[in-house]
Amino acid sequence: MEWTDEGIVLGVRRHGEGNAIVELLTRLRGRHLGMVRGGASRRQAPLLQPGNTVSATWRARLDEHMGNYALEPAVVRTEVLMRAPHAAFGFTHMAQMLHLLPERDPHEGLFLTLGAILDAFEDRESAGRLLARFELALLAELGFGLELETCAATGSRENLVYVSPKSGRAVCGEAGAPYADRLFALPRFLVEGTAPPAGDVEDALRLTGHFLLTRVLEPRGLGLSDARAAFVSAWRRSTAPV
Amino acid sequence: MPRAVAGPEIERLIQLIARLPGLGPRSARRVALHLIKKREALMAPLAAAMTDALGKIVECRRCGNVDVCDPCTICTDTSRDRRTLVVVADVGDLWALERAGVLNAPYHVLGGVLSPLDGVGPEDLNLAKLVTRVHEDEVGEVILALGATVDGQTTAHYITDLLREAHVRVTRLAQGVPVGGELDYLDEGTLSAAIRARTQM
Repeated sequence: MEWTDEGIVLGVRRHGEGNAIVELLTRLRGRHLGMVRGGASRRQAPLLQPGNTVSATWRARLDEHMGNYALEPAVVRTEVLMRAPHAAFGFTHMAQMLHLLPERDPHEGLFLTLGAILDAFEDRESAGRLLARFELALLAELGFGLELETCAATGSRENLVYVSPKSGRAVCGEAGAPYADRLFALPRFLVEGTAPPAGDVEDALRLTGHFLLTRVLEPRGLGLSDARAAFVSAWRRSTAPV
Repeated sequence: MPRAVAGPEIERLIQLIARLPGLGPRSARRVALHLIKKREALMAPLAAAMTDALGKIVECRRCGNVDVCDPCTICTDTSRDRRTLVVVADVGDLWALERAGVLNAPYHVLGGVLSPLDGVGPEDLNLAKLVTRVHEDEVGEVILALGATVDGQTTAHYITDLLREAHVRVTRLAQGVPVGGELDYLDEGTLSAAIRARTQM
């Protein structure tokens, strides 16, 4: 068995003294593990850092084997992830969330989203918006996508300003007004793709955080990660007026 | 499965030696044979030294270093500059810095770095004592001597956040071209870090 694909390094574990088991989010084959011979060496260490995109060739005798990776660097992002706290915490959180995906289950959309986010993650102001978009995409891939296009009560596509915490569907201003204190605010940028003010990003992270917690993490006995809290705190500091 | 060539005691010795870093089954046999040949001159003192060390080694409750006394030799060394505290991931890193002899300050050993995919979270590291030490010892500067890896620097950012309220100067080691390193052989990440951290001549 042999294939070649692009992959983003999610994590690396030392295996024995000289080898490493590398976890990639590949473009066409989802989250996929493989062993890199000599992966614990000093020469390979800069390549095998989380967040880097690599060109991966996987070989094994049988498909169900873990197999061996031969990796070549494609995009090296180590410097940004090491320097910017929001990027380091944000990536850690995203890698943890991607770990929830079943192995070898293709999620090309998430691969493309993660790559695009990592390329733009250095910009602190857009990092919050990007993370909220990642979480929305992850919810959708896990089968818990939010329906933000039409009002759950009236079917209207206009004046969508709330989201129901129970159904995950948008609610228009007229229908939602009596229950406004119990509904989430729907940030416009999630629907329209416009550049949001910081307050909208806060709303978006609150929204995606709630659905990640109640629909994905709590049923698995998990909570929102420390890394996410650290990301939000680092992002808030970077966008706070001086 | 190769046939045993010696009695169970010797085979067990070989198996245990093979579990040491840098040694495989073949080299373990060579080490075992060397010890057997020098039973009186090497094997007996080694066994005695290991038994002695096993009974005496303790982890310093103050800094997490290993020594035969608690607090450890470094913590009780009054010639060290108490206004500075050097944070390292493991005892091996502490020994490396001591070998270099460039710092004369106490240390704090975390016991690893954050690695959520491996299940290492903040509660698994020696962080609570670090915050307490920084406050109680009136530390002026905390040097984060952690590895230049994404996990190492994520840990450094996390500690910086933890110490935000302590109003202490938090620094980290420089990253860039290693001594003896030729640019042609360096990876893009190292070069990028080196360019960003360039200094005026």
